[in-house]
Order: sequence, then C-alpha cells, then structure tokens
Amino acid sequence: MNSLLVYLTISIVLFVLGLLAMMTRKNAVSVLMGIELILNSAGLNFVAFSRFSTGNLNGQTAAVFVIIVAAAEAAVALAIFLNLYRLKATAEVDQADELRG
Amino acid sequence: MELLRHIIFWLFAVLTVGSAVVVVFHPRVIYSAFALLFTFFGVAGLYVFLSADFLAAAQILIYVGGILTLIIFGVFLTAKITTLDIPHQTHQRYVALVPIVMIAAGLFTVVKNTVWPTAPLPHHPTTQVIGELLLTKYLVPFELASILLLAALIGAMRLARYYRKRED
Amino acid sequence: MTEPALYILLAPLAAFAVMIFFGKKLPRGGDWVSLFAIWSGLAVSLYLLAQVLFAYDPDFCETRSIEWLVWGDFRLAAGMLIDNMTVVMLVVVTLVSAVVHLYSVGYMRGDPRYTLFFAYLSFFSFSMLGLVLAENLILIYAFWELVGLSSYLLIGFWYEKDSAANAGKKAFITNRVGDAGMLIGILLVLSSLGTVSLHGIADGVAAGKLGGGLLTAVGICLFMGAVGKSAQFPLHVWLPDAMEGPTPVSALIHAATMVAAGVYLVARLFVILSFDASVVIAYVGGFTALFAATIAVAQNDIKRVLAYSTLSQLGYMVMALGAGAYTAGFFHLVTHAMFKACLFLGSGSVIHAMHHALQHTGSHADAQDLRNMGGLRRKMPLTFWTFLISTLALCGVPLMSGFLSKDSILAGTLAFASEHPAHWLLPVFGFAAAALTAFYMFRLVYLAFSGTFRMGADAERHLHESPSVMIVPLVILSTLCFFGFYTLPAFNPTTPEGGWFAHLLPTPARAYGVAHYAADLSHETVVPGEAFEQVAPHAEHSAHGSHAIHTIAMMISIFVAGLGILIASMGYYWNRISPALWQRRLGFVYRGMYRKWWIDEIYDVTVVWGTLGFTRVLTWFDLRVIDGLVDGSAWLTRQWSRLSGWFDLRGVDGFVNFTAWFVGIWGRFVRLFQGGQLQRYILYTLAGVGLVLILSVLQ
Repeated sequence: MNSLLVYLTISIVLFVLGLLAMMTRKNAVSVLMGIELILNSAGLNFVAFSRFSTGNLNGQTAAVFVIIVAAAEAAVALAIFLNLYRLKATAEVDQADELRG
Repeated sequence: MELLRHIIFWLFAVLTVGSAVVVVFHPRVIYSAFALLFTFFGVAGLYVFLSADFLAAAQILIYVGGILTLIIFGVFLTAKITTLDIPHQTHQRYVALVPIVMIAAGLFTVVKNTVWPTAPLPHHPTTQVIGELLLTKYLVPFELASILLLAALIGAMRLARYYRKRED
Repeated sequence: MTEPALYILLAPLAAFAVMIFFGKKLPRGGDWVSLFAIWSGLAVSLYLLAQVLFAYDPDFCETRSIEWLVWGDFRLAAGMLIDNMTVVMLVVVTLVSAVVHLYSVGYMRGDPRYTLFFAYLSFFSFSMLGLVLAENLILIYAFWELVGLSSYLLIGFWYEKDSAANAGKKAFITNRVGDAGMLIGILLVLSSLGTVSLHGIADGVAAGKLGGGLLTAVGICLFMGAVGKSAQFPLHVWLPDAMEGPTPVSALIHAATMVAAGVYLVARLFVILSFDASVVIAYVGGFTALFAATIAVAQNDIKRVLAYSTLSQLGYMVMALGAGAYTAGFFHLVTHAMFKACLFLGSGSVIHAMHHALQHTGSHADAQDLRNMGGLRRKMPLTFWTFLISTLALCGVPLMSGFLSKDSILAGTLAFASEHPAHWLLPVFGFAAAALTAFYMFRLVYLAFSGTFRMGADAERHLHESPSVMIVPLVILSTLCFFGFYTLPAFNPTTPEGGWFAHLLPTPARAYGVAHYAADLSHETVVPGEAFEQVAPHAEHSAHGSHAIHTIAMMISIFVAGLGILIASMGYYWNRISPALWQRRLGFVYRGMYRKWWIDEIYDVTVVWGTLGFTRVLTWFDLRVIDGLVDGSAWLTRQWSRLSGWFDLRGVDGFVNFTAWFVGIWGRFVRLFQGGQLQRYILYTLAGVGLVLILSVLQ
C-alpha cells in the first residue's frame, strides 16, 4: 500500500514460514504447502518490485511464470507422493531415508 | 477513504500472514489446507493493492481452483480416511528455529538497509500489456512453460499410473 | 562468415540426433547421414579457407554472439569467434573427421553397434567444432567437457572388454584433475576481469587489470586443463590406455583433434601468458616430448608406439608455445594432425589385416604386436607407402610437412635459449626427442613392413590389402604430408616463412608486455633491470632471432633425424647392431623405457593406495568409535604406532598423519549428517545460508 518495505516484510514472513513448514512438517503434502508459501512470497516480491522499483511489467510477467511453475510442480509432486504412499504406506517424508549414510 | 484503504490493506496483510501461520502450525492437515486457501486469497488481495489486476485473478483461478484442489486431493489420497482429523506431525521444530531466525533477521536487515530504486508503475489495467509481453519479449519462456506444463502433465500421469497397474 | 560456420557446427549435431533416434531403421545403419554431415561440413570449411586465403589478412577476425545469461553486471554471451586460426582448425577438424568417417565405414563393418559408433563420431565432431568456434572461456569449457565425454564414450566403445571400459574411466578421471585446474583458472579470470570472452581477457590484461603473480597463476591454471586434455607429463597416463578404443577413434580423437585442443587453448591464451607461466609451459612440453619419446622406443604394440609418439609431438607443440614460437607450435599442430592421423589409420589397416589373417589360422597371437608382423610391404603396398610417407613427415625429413613445422619449433626453442641462456635445456629436449622420434618410427616401419612375416606362411596367405574405403583416407592424408600445401605461394621447402600459413598466423604480441610498459611509464617506479628484462615481450625477439638461428637448427635437426634413421636401419634392417644385446646393456634404462618409467605404478602406490589407505583409516576409526574408547591408551598407542609405521613405510611425514586422522574424524562427523532425511539436509543447507547471510550483513 504505502511502501515497498511493507510488502517485502510480508514476503519475508511468508518465505520464512514456508521454510519452516518444509523443515518441520512430516507429511509430504504439508511440505508441499510450505513450498507453495515460498512461491507465493517470491511472486509477491516480483510484483512489489514491479510496482515500486522498475516501473514496468516485467516483474508481473515473472510472477505469471512463478504460478505456472507452481502448478507443474504441484502436479508432479503429488504424483510422487502417491508413489511414496503406495511404496511405504505413508506420506511422511522422514520415512524415505534409503540414502542414509 | 484513505483510512478505509489502509484498514483493508492491513486486513489483507494480517489475513495472509495469519493464515500462513496456521498453515505451518496447525496440527490437522485439512485445517492447514484451508488456511492455505486464505493465504492465497490474502496474496491476491495484496496483488490488487499492487495494481496487478491480472495476477490477482490468475492467483485465485490457478492457486485456489487448481493447486489447492490438487493439494486436498493429495491429502485424501495419501491418508487412510476415517475422519477429517488427519494429523500431521512435526519434527526438529526447535532446531529449525535457529536457521529460520538467522535467515529472517538477515533478509530483513538487507531489505531494510538497501536503498531500492524507485520508479512507480502508473495505475492502469495490466492484462493487455502482460499479454503483449508474453507474446513478444517473453515468447520463448512462454512456449517453454507450455512444454513444461505438458511434460509435468504426462510425467504426473505416468508416475501415478505405474503402481496402480502393478497392484491390479 | 558466421552462417557457414554455424552450419559446420550444427550439421554433425543434427546427424547425431538423427542417428540416435532413427539410425537403426535407416538403410546401411544410417552411416551416410554422418558422412554427409561431416563431408558437407568439410566443403563449407574449405570454402571458408578459400575466403580467408583470398582476403589474406593476418588480422581477420569476426565475432557474433547472442546474449545468453545476464546477471547484474555480468553478461555471458554465447558466441563464436572466427579468425584465421579458427578457420584453419575448422578445416583440420572436419578434414580428419571426414576421412575417419569414411575409413570407419570399412573398419567398423559388421560391428553390432555400427550405428552408435557413427552417432558418437558425429557427436564428437560437433563438440570439437564447438570448442574451436567458442568465443569465451566458459563456452570453451563446456565444449571441452563434451569432447571429454565423447572421448570417454568412444574409448569405452567396446565396453565388453574390461580394459576398454577401464581405459575410458581412466581417461575421464585423469582429465578431471586438469579440468579442475582449468575451472579455477576461468574463475580467477572471471573474478579479476569480470569477463571471460577471449578478446575481453586480452584487452583486460593489456590494460593492466590483471598482472603479476595472479596472471602467472591464471596462465598455469588454464594450462592445467591443457595438460589433462593434451596429455602432458604428469597427466599423460590416460592417452596410451585410450588406444583400447577403435583405431579410427585413436586417429581422430587421440591423435589429431581432441588432444590438440589443449595446444589450441594455450595458443588462444598465448597473448596473456606471463613470462613465468610460459617457462613452466615450455618445460612441461619439452620434458613430455623427450620423456614420451624414450618410452616409445621400447614399446612393442604398434598403437602404443604411435600413442607415445603423439604425446611426444604434443609436447613439442606445447614447448613451442611456451618458448614463444607461436606460429611454429600451431603449424606443428596442423601438420601433425595430418600425418599422425594417417599413421594411426595405417596402423588400423595393418591391425585389420593381421586380425583377419590370425583369425583364419585360429591363432590367438596379438594382432597389434610388432613382433608378430614383418614383411607386410609386399602384401599391403598402399598401406606401406602411405605409412612410410607419413613416417618421413613425422621424423622431419626434408620436403615433408613435418620437417617445416618441427624445424621451426626447434629454431624457436634455440632462439629462446639463446636469448635466455638459463633455459638451454629446452632445445636439448627438442633435439634429443627428434633423434628418438626418427629412431622409433623407423624401428616400427622395419619391424612391421620389412623382412619376413613372423606368424608363418599359413597366416601370410590370408593377409590382404584393406578395402578401398580404408585406403582412400590414407592416400588423402599422406598427400597432405608434403611441404607444398603449407608454403604456398613461396613454395620454399626449408621454411614456412613466406607461405600463407606463416602470413595468416603471425606470432601475436603479448598483452602483458604492453601493460607493463604502460605501468612503468606512468608510475615512474624504479624498475630493477632484471625484472624489466623478465617482463619484456620476448615473442618478437624470438621471431627475429629465429631467422639467424634457423639455418643452424635446420642442420642439427637433419643431422639428428638422419642419425636416428641410421641407427634404426643398422639395428632392424641391416642387422649390424643387435637390439637384444643393447637391451641388456642398457639394463635399468631399457626396463624403465619398457615399463613406461613406472608412472602408472607410481600413481598406483601414491594415489590409488593412498586413497585406499584413507578408506582403511576411516574404517578403522569407525570400529574404534563403535567399540568405544574403553581399551585405553595402550591400545590407542599401539594403533597409533601401527598407523604411523604404515605411513612411515610410505615415507609420508607427520603432517599427513594428522591429515589422515583429521579426515577420519571428519568422515565420522560428516556421516552423522548423511541421515538420508531430506528435511535434515534442508536444515543444514538453510543453516549455511543463514550463516552466510548473517556474516555478509554484519560485514
């Protein structure tokens, strides 16, 4: 509304919350939600800079691509979760630890 | 009028952040998913305040209509459904706070101390301009995005079908 | 000129794509797709060469690039740089590649992966052409890795053989060592100049933005890449093993083109090499030239002799560039590509015939062993004559192309040494290697082609000349071994001076010299005479010195080549000297040459055993931690003494002990982090990111 700083702060909060979800949630779908939060924060950043800093619409166009990528990523991620669920009978990411050293 | 705008803006900001907090901390998956819905709405509202009308619409259409639906499907398909009380546990919650706090503090300091260039965008409808940009300057990324979506579509189908065939 | 060049580059890539996807369905396995791509590429390259020749402009240069990556102030362009050197390289690469394609039609006939072979050949041609055309270091690095990849694929083409698969891996891993250095060099250039384009670097160095020790470091780091790819001394071990690949591949990749990429890179960076870096380069090259020649003397496998000969000749080129004889070094690259490719293809023809004959008699003798051959001249006259011509060229016999190029290299090193008498060793390396080259090549020719066939009359009856698809390439390449093609219009058989080659590719002025002069003038600092003398550009001096010294060099080089040929003839033709007797007399030296100076064994003991030793130490620490520290200090001391005893045996001091111990602890520690849990990894990553962020903010 009034300044870039406010939007950037909201975006940081979303980003950090998304990271937190990615790190702490055991359910794969919840991790995905965290990723969506991060993508939203990135989109918000793009749009905010487009509005206040660059004076053109390149940022908004980039945000369109962010949404596209998010859609593609969600579809593939859910397909992977389905496989994980069938393989392990659970969707908890900490069960998938075949690569333990 | 200005006051009203302020109030609405802050409502959207609080809605976004508040529901994001619910997404991350609520013990039931379904609640998280629905809180995510409100986060998306909040971000769409913020887009409106940033005079990004096209993006606000796209946000609601794609995120709420597409991605969120997918996520809820995902929740249902990857849990043995008896009630809607599907829990999702957390781990390493307190350790995770250390990098989170560091990153948040770092990012905030950077954002606050940097002098950003200012070149405000005039208010007028953006849809047409974005459309032109997508078909001129960003044509190649745009076409690549189509291919990406197609690949994701086919890939997701392939991934999801494989085990079903084996189970049958 | 960029559109034709783009066609040359992309035609093999298109052929590769077609071959990979549809090759097996096409008639004749699709070999004509690859052949068409490369032969048309050759035609276009010749057209470009004709244009360059008509323009006859030493400063001709054309670049064209598209913006590829923009990141803040850093702009990376993907583009090509076409100058005389590029055009000459294009012709060399497409020509050798084209004749090798043709030859492979005969050589690979009946192979189960015939189609794949041609696909790989096309892919290699694409990568090599890309490397030649690339305009900046990062692009060069990308194509550099691609040629490495295709080399790996082609060395291990017959991967059913363990030795071939291992040789491929060895080549890849050995190259990794050099490429790491090259990457560091590129990053150094990028961080200090902010650009990676070849012209940008030269300009930056000329403007004095990069100089002193850092410039030397950059030169040596980038040269490390060349050491790996051109198989110079410490990293040469992969090239002889690479002979496990099909012989056309040896001719194309491991003799004519890819291994010359290192030399090409050094030539490209010639202008920015500091004096110290050039001296290092010259010594590495000179040592490799002599060292590899001594090994080649004692080898019995026909391809291995040629492989060590390649090493030696590459050493020559590198030495020439290091000593400032730019034109001579690059000239030798071109002539060497022709005659060495011809030699390899000729040896392939011999092996082909031998294999065929031995198969008929049911013998399991080695088809590549010189001791099993003999008298092939009568059975394979065309192979013999082409082989002889290219041998003469390699030995530096007058009227041949090799004489011109080798002679100017020797003259260049002699001039360099006369200017800097402290480096008298360089011409000694050069002339000694020249004598040895003449000796081992004629030994090879006599053993294979003269006398009588050593595997019995039965097998001899089945010996026959190779099919004409294999002979035509030999004839083409051996024709190009004569001096005339390189010295027009002067047509002087003694020196390349006055010919188009020397005119179009003159030795460029060194950028660093200009910068130092400028800096000296502007700052008015007192320059000690010695330091000033060191930074003075010596390339021009060498070029002038060459004229005076040329005659001397020519005399000595004819003399040493004649001496080598004479001794080889005495030993293997007239039988006046007994090779077996001399092998005994030379004793240790002969065994060293035969065993390739034990370099592979040394690497086994140091690198391979060292790595295994580290693993053993790591395992041991695992056990100790699991068993607990209960057993006390006596046990600990005993293990410690065993550990240090183990290390003492290797002659490594206490510092290495500490390193091993530290690595052990560290491995144990790091293992904790490899939980296989993605979210743990995210946590660690973010902790690192956060730390970096905080640190950079606090700064």
